[in-house]
Amino acid sequence: MSAQIDSHGAHGAHDDHHDDGVGHSTLKGYMMGFFLAVVLTAIPFWLVMEKVIPNTQTLAVVLLTFAAIQIVVHMIYFLHMNPRSEGGWNMLALIFTLVIVVITLAGSIWVMFHLNSNMMPGMSHQMTEQQVKNLP
Amino acid sequence: MNMPDLAKLIFGRLTIEAIPYHEPILIGTFIAVAIGGIALLTLITRAKLWGYLWSEWFTSIDHKKIGIMYMVLGIVMLLRGFSDAIMMRAQQAIAFNGNPGFLPPHHYDQIFTAHGVIMIFFVAMPLVTGLMNYVVPLQIGARDVAFPFLNNFSFWMTVAGAMLVMASLFVGEFARTGWLAYPPLSGLAQSPDVGVDYYIWSLQVAGVGTTLSGINLLATIVKMRAPGMTMMKMPVFTWTSLLTNVLIVAAFPVLTAVLALLALDRYAGTNFFTNDFGGNAMMYVNLIWIWGHPEVYILVLPVFGVFSEVVATFSRKRLFGYASMVYATVVIAVLSYLVWLHHFFTMGSGASVNSFFGITTMIISIPTGAKIFNWLFTMYRGRIKFDVPMLWTVGFMVTFVIGGMTGVMLAVPPADFLLHNSLFLIAHFHNVIIGGVIFGLFAGINYWFPKAFGYRLDEFWGKCSFWFWLVGFWVAFTPLYVLGFMGVTRRMNHFEDPSLQIWFQIAAFGAFLVALGIGSFLIQLWVSYKRRDQLRDVTGDPWHGRTLEWSTSSPPPAYNFAFTPVIHDNDAWWDMKERNARRRLEGYLPIHMPKNTGAGVILAGISFVFGFAMIWHMFLVAGIAFVALVATAIGHTFNYKRDYYIPADVVARTEAARTEELAAHV
Repeated sequence: MSAQIDSHGAHGAHDDHHDDGVGHSTLKGYMMGFFLAVVLTAIPFWLVMEKVIPNTQTLAVVLLTFAAIQIVVHMIYFLHMNPRSEGGWNMLALIFTLVIVVITLAGSIWVMFHLNSNMMPGMSHQMTEQQVKNLP
Repeated sequence: MNMPDLAKLIFGRLTIEAIPYHEPILIGTFIAVAIGGIALLTLITRAKLWGYLWSEWFTSIDHKKIGIMYMVLGIVMLLRGFSDAIMMRAQQAIAFNGNPGFLPPHHYDQIFTAHGVIMIFFVAMPLVTGLMNYVVPLQIGARDVAFPFLNNFSFWMTVAGAMLVMASLFVGEFARTGWLAYPPLSGLAQSPDVGVDYYIWSLQVAGVGTTLSGINLLATIVKMRAPGMTMMKMPVFTWTSLLTNVLIVAAFPVLTAVLALLALDRYAGTNFFTNDFGGNAMMYVNLIWIWGHPEVYILVLPVFGVFSEVVATFSRKRLFGYASMVYATVVIAVLSYLVWLHHFFTMGSGASVNSFFGITTMIISIPTGAKIFNWLFTMYRGRIKFDVPMLWTVGFMVTFVIGGMTGVMLAVPPADFLLHNSLFLIAHFHNVIIGGVIFGLFAGINYWFPKAFGYRLDEFWGKCSFWFWLVGFWVAFTPLYVLGFMGVTRRMNHFEDPSLQIWFQIAAFGAFLVALGIGSFLIQLWVSYKRRDQLRDVTGDPWHGRTLEWSTSSPPPAYNFAFTPVIHDNDAWWDMKERNARRRLEGYLPIHMPKNTGAGVILAGISFVFGFAMIWHMFLVAGIAFVALVATAIGHTFNYKRDYYIPADVVARTEAARTEELAAHV
């Protein structure tokens, strides 16, 4: 990591040190990743084409789950990430990214849902007492 | 194809009417700018400086030169942004009792939008990035940033964005929407003109530069620290820069995405943020503040680092509470993602949402307060020297604390319902941005100027600049606090109530004082250049500094360090001085360096054309520019002649000259 700066470590194009703890690519690894990626793509495709799950909401959740697993497969087999790669920096960056993404998504959904229920209370039903209390 | 069709194909909606020749203020400005520009170009041509500028600066991928160019860009744009400010102050000071003032609403609205956009994106961001670019590699003992070419490209993309904003002054018009361009006002229905398109494309082009420079500095700090410099031995400025760039990398894609969605609404007829067809304008507000709040900390964290360096240096003491400073910075960086809703408490979320974000906002003042105490305890029993950087620091502490307190007031949702959209808010955020970011940048400029140019800045004019800014700020913005309490709202073109006029006149006088402050700063640069021989710094360490950048000569050689330093302590250079470390004077090796390239300038130039063409719906030109952009970028990857070696004897000669200078000094 930082201690391995060599005399020309500054220049990306000629950076030739590779001892960064990355699980290195092997044909077996790539084939494994390819196989998993294909399977994880084929199953959702099949689910949609054959209309296996009639409820669209359930279907969406299932598809998103497959997509999430797909991301993990890509990270492990193609980006060669593991908890130790780059001296743990990859893991730290991943955790940070996840925290930010969760905050952003969950926060936005919470904020926008609250907004809708307060701005359009009369759309579906009369205002409940709770909603009146929640008015801005 | 007949002529009108052809003209439309090439020029889109750009016609001669787009030139605002019927607006005397703009024409006057244009003539002044044209004369000034032509004079400058003539001077450069007559002095035969083009070749020098091109080969030594524009194409340079030396982080030091790019840093200086960022600072120049920021200072030039400061003049533009400030002239907007002074026009607004003048307008509001006279537009009473039926007097319409000199700015019609249509023009006034563009001015306050341009003021906000320019000051944040093209003044504060370039200045902050410039400081980080210059200082960080020196502080961590590196020879350049991780991706030197990318650095040059990032800079020129920022310039291209700035040029698009400037172009809107004379070709067409700028947005009339406020600096964040909320829909539905910024949607096609309400703003069919090119103003919002200028806004979108200038920020998108500049945003590429900002994101890439964030990635670049992040990689630099993580990967290129000198041996021995563990994370907890990094200088505090490097720490705050690290967290700033983490924030940039995580936040700017959100801005890019939300502006892209707005662009789709305007260009492709989608309905993300429209009022009808299921669009939701409030989603835009929500998303843009998810970027916008971290942006505030992107600006202020680096200057917290500047103050930490300055306070420790001028108090002749190790920084009090280094670890707490680091953790406070980390906490601020994470919390900055949990507070965005406080920018729109009044949008209609319920009490539970508002209280959550109100509380997180108040929590963020705890680590910030901890930093203030750390600086105070650093000064306590220190041998304080009140040089100009230290003056800015003390001025910052007094001003920023008050800005922070009004911020906590605004964080209380019920109080915010009264104060939102009022001049109180304006006073608050100028209080923290001027009192925090701008003061910090001036502290940084005064502090590191001798490192960059080899001579100190003139003390007298520096003090003039500081006092004019400090007093001017308070005279300009205290009336706005008062008016905000009275319920006067922001972005008003004229007023009906004559009793308010006196406050606006005081504020205008304050703006005039700030103008003197800026003038003093420019004079300071000029006077210091004239007196450079008296102000010369031959030691490379004019302030008796503590961190590694002061171990090099002023200005540092292209390769920064002949030998990569080894770090044993937080204040690496102080530690070396304490232990009488000697400079190594033999055994130089050839130094591997990246080569200059013009690709950054060319790519950014094409991006400018692309942005301009998109703004004016010249889709043919835009298509050609886009293809050219991709082709040039791919072409650049085939340029294998990217490096060279500085021969060992050149290094030896440079270092010998430094040895001689040091010996002559002692």
